[in-house]
Amino acid sequence: MRTFITFVLVLFIMTAFDTKEKSGYQVGDNATDFNLKNVDGKKVSLSDYPEAKGFIIAFTCNTCPFSVLYEQRIIDLHNEFSPQGFPVIAINPNDPVKQPGDSFDKMKSRAKEKNYPFPYLVDETQEITLAYGATNTPHMYVLKKEDGKYKVMYIGAIDNNPKEPENASNKYVQDALKALINGNEVPEKSTKAVGCSIKWKSA
Amino acid sequence: MKFLITFFFLLIITPSLMPREVKVIDVETLEKIIHDRNPGILVINFWATWCRPCLEELPYFEALRENPSFSQVEVILVSLDFVSDLETRVFNFIEKRKIESTVLLLDNTDYNSWIDKVDPSWSGAIPATLIINGPTGERLFLEKQFEEGELEAELINFINP
Repeated sequence: MRTFITFVLVLFIMTAFDTKEKSGYQVGDNATDFNLKNVDGKKVSLSDYPEAKGFIIAFTCNTCPFSVLYEQRIIDLHNEFSPQGFPVIAINPNDPVKQPGDSFDKMKSRAKEKNYPFPYLVDETQEITLAYGATNTPHMYVLKKEDGKYKVMYIGAIDNNPKEPENASNKYVQDALKALINGNEVPEKSTKAVGCSIKWKSA
Repeated sequence: MKFLITFFFLLIITPSLMPREVKVIDVETLEKIIHDRNPGILVINFWATWCRPCLEELPYFEALRENPSFSQVEVILVSLDFVSDLETRVFNFIEKRKIESTVLLLDNTDYNSWIDKVDPSWSGAIPATLIINGPTGERLFLEKQFEEGELEAELINFINP
């Protein structure tokens, strides 16, 4: 009996791990709020922004070449859409043991160097990254505040040209925000992009 | 006569001095590779020189070539580097690490237009590997970094389920 219980338990744990990568939000789900440490040492939550109409959540980091390529575009998104009620909140999901370049100290210096106009938070337990279902960096989630909830309106890439922003023919995040602000349907609700895999903590 | 000897000598040594060929392909070519029925087992690994976990697992793919248990396995390494990095980063890496497997570079950064064609479960993160059984058409897609021994284990399991 004992072996059987152990067997069932092992099976359960295996299934739990198996679904780990498949978890996360779909468009239309309500996203959880969080309370994560910013580069200035203070905690930041979505509820700290009572005036916001929504958010642009950017799972990004210091080290991924795609994050670096998209860094200025993330800053531009904030500067364009924060005044319209959709500020950027950046979250670094990576385990600093596996990716020392993404340590809290390195995050602080990067944010300072580039003068980030938005919070740059660290997801130390990786629970928020897992809950959202981010898989690679940069991975974007556009949220809209609805009846005190944060509804996921877009998941995916920023645009379809990492190397040459001026040649991007689809600006997914920008188009999603413009649609939301004008009360229209988001044209492309979810996209995929090549990027650096998130560096998960070793179990 | 002397000229002829020099000529043949050059003919023999030249290929080893040339950088290894990396064919730049489009999405249609990739789809053809995936859907063409290969007589054996095809392993397609998606990687890039900027992806550290990819570089860490590449030796396991290279090692398949020397393993007689996998003589029916063909490895194709599909680089997702930018085509502008081909003659610098990609060539340098292949030379330095003496990569013997076939390397192709997929030149299409409109990722959302083709990621699902490789596998609908793929998020787009790399490393990622697609294993195809040519004769049966069976496929296995793995979005993960292989640790030592894991790729062989997956392959054995795939070939003899």
